[in-house]
Amino acid sequence: MIGDLPQILINGVLSGAQLAVPAIGFTTIYAVLRFPNFAIASHASVGAYAGVMANTTLGWSIGLSLVVAFLVAGVVGVVSDTLVLRRLRPSGSLTTAIGAAALGIVLENMLRFAFGNDPVGFDLPVLRDWKLPLLDLRVGPQAAEAALASLIVMAILFSFLAFTRSGRMMRAVADNPMLAGLKGIDAESVARRANFVGMGLAGFGGMLIGLDTSVDPLTGARVVLPVFAAAVVGGLGSIPGAVAGAFVVGVGEEMSTLLLDPSYRTAVGFAAILLVLTLRPRGLLGERAL
Amino acid sequence: MTSYLAAMAVFAGLYALMALGLNLIWGLAGMVNLGLVGFYAIGAYTAALLSVKLGVAPWLDVIAAGVLSAGMGAVMAVVTARLKGDYLAIVTLGFAEVVRLVASNEIWLTNGTSGIANVPGLPRAFLSEEAVNLVFAGLVWIIVAVVAWLLGRLSAAPFGRVLRAIREDEMVAAVAGKRVIRFKIQAFVVGAAVLGGAGGLYAHYLGYVAPDAFQPLITIYVVLALTAGGTGTMRGAIIGSVLVVLLTEGTRFLGAVLPDVTPVRIAALREAAIGVALILVLTLRPQGLWPETVTHRKARSA
Repeated sequence: MIGDLPQILINGVLSGAQLAVPAIGFTTIYAVLRFPNFAIASHASVGAYAGVMANTTLGWSIGLSLVVAFLVAGVVGVVSDTLVLRRLRPSGSLTTAIGAAALGIVLENMLRFAFGNDPVGFDLPVLRDWKLPLLDLRVGPQAAEAALASLIVMAILFSFLAFTRSGRMMRAVADNPMLAGLKGIDAESVARRANFVGMGLAGFGGMLIGLDTSVDPLTGARVVLPVFAAAVVGGLGSIPGAVAGAFVVGVGEEMSTLLLDPSYRTAVGFAAILLVLTLRPRGLLGERAL
Repeated sequence: MTSYLAAMAVFAGLYALMALGLNLIWGLAGMVNLGLVGFYAIGAYTAALLSVKLGVAPWLDVIAAGVLSAGMGAVMAVVTARLKGDYLAIVTLGFAEVVRLVASNEIWLTNGTSGIANVPGLPRAFLSEEAVNLVFAGLVWIIVAVVAWLLGRLSAAPFGRVLRAIREDEMVAAVAGKRVIRFKIQAFVVGAAVLGGAGGLYAHYLGYVAPDAFQPLITIYVVLALTAGGTGTMRGAIIGSVLVVLLTEGTRFLGAVLPDVTPVRIAALREAAIGVALILVLTLRPQGLWPETVTHRKARSA
C-alpha cells in the first residue's frame, strides 16, 4: 500500500492540475462579484460541447478546440450574466446565487435540447501509458498533456492579472470595490471581464474533463463538488489559493481510493469543505470568510 | 382522473411542506439552503429503511426522518454559522450531491440505484388506487395545515421576530442583545426537520425510494414555490407549491402540442421552464405574488 504512494501522488497532482482551472474560474468570479456562481457547472458543460464540436465536426486539433471551449464558455458567461445575473446582483449575493443555480438548470437543459443525453467523445488516438523507469510508475500521456495545458493556462492567467490593465483592474475591484470605483474603474466592465475569464476557464476545464471521460449535459455537474472544494480549501476569492486547494483535493481524492470505493472520490471534496470551514474558514491562502 | 388529481395534490402537499421548512430557513432567517433535496432524501431513506428493515411504525419513522434530517442540518448550520451565507449555500449544495452518492453506492443498505421497494403505506390490498391517493392527499394536507399553523405561531412569536431582525441586519440583532448564531442554528434545524419529515411521507406514499428521485431540480421546485408565493409567509409557501405543480403538470401537455419534438427535448423544455420561471420571479417580483406584510405598531405617545 505504501509502495503505491508515489503513483498516487502523481495521479493526484495530475488531476489537481485539471481541477485547478475551473476552480480558478469559480474563485475569480467570487473575488470580483462576491457571490458563488453555481452556473459554473453548466458553463463547464458548454465548453466541453464547444470543444467536442470543434474537434469532431470541424476536425480541429485538441489544442485549438481547447481555445474554442474557453472562448465559447466565456462568451456564454458574459451573455448569461448580462441577461440574468446582473439584474439580480442588487438583491444580494444569496439571491444571485439562487438565480445562478436556476440559470445552470436552464443552460444544462438547452444543451440537452440541442445534443440529447447520450455522451459524445473526442476524436483521440489510444496511447499506451508512459512507464517511468523510476519506481515503476505509470503516467497516461493524455493526463499529462491535460495537466500541461492547465499549467499553460494558469501561466497565461497569472501574467494577465499581473501585467495587463484589465488584470490589474480586476484585482483592484476584488481587493476593494469602493476604492476601485473612486479611482474611476467601471465596475460593470470589470464584471464582464471577470465573467469572461471565469466562465472561459470553466469551459476549458470542462473540456479537459470531457477529454478524460466523455461529454454530456451533466459533465460539469459531476465535478462541481471538487471544484467548490478546491476554491474553499484554498480560500474563497483567492486565485493562488484555488490552485493550492485543487492540488490538495486532487491528491486527497487519490489517497481516498486506498480506503474507500472510488465512487466516493467526489465526496472527499465535501469532507474537505467541512473540515476547512471548521478549522480555518479563510482557507489556505484566503483573507476573509466572515 | 380523480386518482391523478389526488396524486398531484399529494405532491403539491409535499412541496408545500418543504416550502414551509424553507420559509423558516430562508424566508424568516435569511439563510440559504440549496440542498433541500438532500434533506428530503435523508428523510425518505430513513423512513424507508426503518420500516422495511426494522418494522418501525410509519408515524414513528416519519418523526425519526425529521430528527435525523435536523441532525444533519445542525452540523451544517454549526459549521457555517459564523461565516458569510455563501458558505452555507456551497455546503448545502454539496450535501445534496453526497447524499445521492451514498444512496447510489451503499448497496448493502440502500440497494443502490435499484432503490428500496415495498415501503409500507396505506393498505393497497383493501383500497382502490383512487382511494389510496385521496386518503393520502387528505392526510398530507392535514399535516401541511398543522405544520403551517405551528410555524405561523413560531413566526409571530418573539422567535420569529428575532429571525426577521437577523434576516434584515445581523449586526443590529446582535447589538440588541440577541444570540444571533443560536437563533440561526435553531431556525435551520427546525426547517431541516420539516424537510426530512416531508421525505418520510414521500417514502410511505410512493412505497419506493431510489436515488434518481432526488435530483437537484426538486430543490429548484421548492425555492420557486416559496419565492413565487411570497418569501416570509406560510400562506405564500402553500400557494406557491400549488402553482409549481400546476406549472410542472401543465407543461406535460407540451408533448401533445408539439408531436414532432422528441421526448428528450420535451423533458428538457419542461425542466428549463422551471429554471426560467424562477429567474423571472426573482427578477420581476422578488417579493412574490402575495408578499409578506410587516405590520409596524406605532409607538404609543405618552
